[in-house]
Amino acid sequence: MQITVTVNGESHTRDVEPRLLLVHFLRNDLGLTGTHWGCDTSNCGVCTVTLDGVPVKSCTVLAVMADGKQVGTVEGMERADGLDPVQQGFVQCHGLQCGFCTPGMMLTARCLLDKNPDPSEQEIREAISGQICRCTGYENIVRSVRWAAEHEAAAKAEVTS
Amino acid sequence: MTVTENPTPMGFGRMHRKEDARFVRGKGNYVDDVNLPGMLHGSFLRSPYAHAKIVSIDTSAAEALPGVKAVITGAVLETLSLAWMPTLSYDTQAVLATDKVRFQNQEVAFVVADNHYIARDALELIEVEYEPLPVVADAKQALAPGAPVIRDDKEGKTDNHIFDWSAGDKEKTDAVFASSDVVVAEDILYPRVHPSPLETCGAVADFDKVTGKLTIYSTTQAPHAHRTVYALVAGLPEHKIRVISPDIGGGFGGKVGIYPGYVLAIVGSIVTGKPVKWMEDRNEHLTATAFARDYHMRGEIAATKDGKIRALRVDVLADHGAFNGTAQPTKFPAGFFHIFTGSYDLEAASCNVKGVYTNKAPGGVAYACSFRITEAAYLVERMIDVLAFELKMDPAELRMKNLLQPAQFPYTTPTGWEYDSGDYPKALRLAMDMVGYEKLRVEQAEKLQRGEYMGIGISFFTEGVGAGPRKHMDILGLGMADGAELRVHPTGKAVLRLSVQTQGQGHETTFAQIVAEELGISPDDIDVVHGDTDQTPFGLGTYGSRSTPVSGAATAIVARKVRDRARIVASAMLEVSPDDLEWEKGKFFVKGDPDQAKTIQEIAMAAHSSLELPEGVEGHLDATTVYNPPNLTYPFGAYICVVDVDPATGQVKVRRFIAVDDCGVRINPMIVEGQVHGGLADGIGMALMQLMAFDEDGNHLGASLMDYLLPTSLECPSWELGETVTPSPHHPIGAKGVGESATVGSPAAVVNAVLDALKPFGVRHADMPLTPSNVWRAAQGRPIRTDLAIQ
Ligand code: FES
Ligand code: FES
Repeated sequence: MQITVTVNGESHTRDVEPRLLLVHFLRNDLGLTGTHWGCDTSNCGVCTVTLDGVPVKSCTVLAVMADGKQVGTVEGMERADGLDPVQQGFVQCHGLQCGFCTPGMMLTARCLLDKNPDPSEQEIREAISGQICRCTGYENIVRSVRWAAEHEAAAKAEVTS
Repeated sequence: MTVTENPTPMGFGRMHRKEDARFVRGKGNYVDDVNLPGMLHGSFLRSPYAHAKIVSIDTSAAEALPGVKAVITGAVLETLSLAWMPTLSYDTQAVLATDKVRFQNQEVAFVVADNHYIARDALELIEVEYEPLPVVADAKQALAPGAPVIRDDKEGKTDNHIFDWSAGDKEKTDAVFASSDVVVAEDILYPRVHPSPLETCGAVADFDKVTGKLTIYSTTQAPHAHRTVYALVAGLPEHKIRVISPDIGGGFGGKVGIYPGYVLAIVGSIVTGKPVKWMEDRNEHLTATAFARDYHMRGEIAATKDGKIRALRVDVLADHGAFNGTAQPTKFPAGFFHIFTGSYDLEAASCNVKGVYTNKAPGGVAYACSFRITEAAYLVERMIDVLAFELKMDPAELRMKNLLQPAQFPYTTPTGWEYDSGDYPKALRLAMDMVGYEKLRVEQAEKLQRGEYMGIGISFFTEGVGAGPRKHMDILGLGMADGAELRVHPTGKAVLRLSVQTQGQGHETTFAQIVAEELGISPDDIDVVHGDTDQTPFGLGTYGSRSTPVSGAATAIVARKVRDRARIVASAMLEVSPDDLEWEKGKFFVKGDPDQAKTIQEIAMAAHSSLELPEGVEGHLDATTVYNPPNLTYPFGAYICVVDVDPATGQVKVRRFIAVDDCGVRINPMIVEGQVHGGLADGIGMALMQLMAFDEDGNHLGASLMDYLLPTSLECPSWELGETVTPSPHHPIGAKGVGESATVGSPAAVVNAVLDALKPFGVRHADMPLTPSNVWRAAQGRPIRTDLAIQ
């Protein structure tokens, strides 16, 4: 089947098997290996990407279901003026160790902050609860997201003042 | 926006990780990200039975499927003498089953195809006829008369016994027990668990027929050891093998051993002449790669009436699965389990461990256990609480009364370990102050009045990490010592090459900081190279929390060697005697004349220049070393967990967790704390959630992440960390290992807390995992068996 998917703002048209998973399409067909794969049962969340702005597990989406849609991956997070505050927060607060869960965690955090710029610790924990991290015990991921929220708020305040 | 906080320290301190730049951009390079031109994909057909004879295998339909390049069976491997491979414990393991299958999901055939989807399709087309055999799923039945013999491949084998091993002075221990006021016994299971890093195991093998060079990208924590084993097993010349361990998505001990998948990727590449990738899925990972624990322990503790502990005695039945594939130093078939006297001053102790085969996956030492110190720490910390229960004593008071005192170090334990340093009472007191222990006990009593159940659990652990010394410790004959090479380039930038391999611990940062501390070169100017056998010195790799104790020491020493050379070069530059120079981080200066100085960067350039050097002094600025540790380092810690338990539903809520760790000098405290956080989450998982039981047919009941529950952000509280610092006296920078401390120490704190809450129900012990149903059963006084699906 021929599909056209816009990934990180760039349009890609490919012939794919109907059974091809979105995660494999991104990794193997487009070479975007920042999206990982980690389980067979939609439990781990390392495959998380955004589909039309909503976080989804790309191991549970067929590539053909993304036809005509916008997909966002970790490779698209960095902005012209530098890292996304979420990416910076993860560096600042040691929110990653092996880095395997990190792209998915960061994308979910980005979506959370877009909806709720000042989330509480509990709201952050709920937002990332569908994703597993085996290394960090979550503490520093929560702090990273808070760091990003605070820095975004400060940056906004600077612009408006 | 730019990242500006936390400038780079010139040495130890909180420094952001150098490796993060690639990971936050999705630019890590994990094994599954390796894509070579013409690469094929392999996948396993696995056994649905735990024990069955293979009658026949028909691969013709699979071979006929377009896109399939090879179908490899045990019979094919037999022709190459590769059907069996040695394990790290001097046993053998089937690479592909030939005669029979011995655990569920054992590897039976391997398909190599154009892509992963076709390989999977082909697996469906392979016809295997099995003749099911009776199964040993219960370790306690493994040695029963008439039990089916699992390893009938071994000549003359008539039972499922692997080894008996003991430590300590049994006679003396028995005598102390005979003369003690109080003796308490408890059966304690440390159930089978699996480390389950988010990246499963995999490899890409690339055999070049022309040069004869084999390159293997694999998820290994020990690339050098793997290379040597491949050379010995496959008969390939070692210099023609290159093992690359790129970024690893978590290891936790599960990526130490060699799995059939790695071997099959190699065979596949040799057979097809193309690179072959094998990447297992989560189900395969959980059911066929190294599990951990599965220790059935009977502990006995002897004490005086007023709570002075005198002796410990332990009997262990160790379930090793179908092949004895545990990874630990050769001399120690039960790992370091005999450190089970923990942090206490005892008169005597002894243990006996009996290893048996069952129809379960092989493994045993994995999951951040420091070679089975997890089991040991859990045993003693549970026994202390069992004793406190019987003596009606406060468990904190009982511990305080029996902890080793600072003046007793170095301390030799009744089973022969020499603890290097510690101040245990200080760490426990700090943890108690942080949690507000006395107040919590008051709150607990008040709550109980209202019918609310809260529990406070303590665990005090001592670990021994950083194996060797090599004369006592080897794996498959390879001594546990590690090399380091440091080269300072003419412009004063440096490259450090290490034998150990990071799986997320931040080696690229920490080890650069050690060089920075010793030489005064910014960590930003130091590249750490690791995970590639063609580019790094030999060594045994990263597990058992050994990187900082062993390679951290090697790094400090190699940097000091470079500094010694730099002193001579500087003396030639300044035309003074080397003895007249003094070192200040980053430069040598003439004693009494600090303006007469040369920076390490200036010295580096001079060392490569035409400057005349004294007779016998080589030019350039580099050094190598091999570090053979004189002893293990002994980190310790005091953990306190507070839980609320609803006995009606069995629900446990972890309210607080305090962790005081002492790992000696901290190179990068931010990274140390991160290591501790991760291990604490593991403790919650093992104690409350991670269930890996088997039914009587040997079916694996924890074979997916829907059944084997890993902790999420919602089960974990916000960790509260504290620290004390007792440097290791024999480590060049006073550091001790820490990677596994929290995994070793935390499960007992959680379990002790839950059982403390259940004390009003008369519950003295219940086995992990304390899932809601098990907590409910325990409160009801019903038996629990968490290794089998039989209640
Ligand atoms: S790969 Fe685990 S949830 Fe998608
Ligand atoms: S950083 Fe390793 S899994 Fe999250």
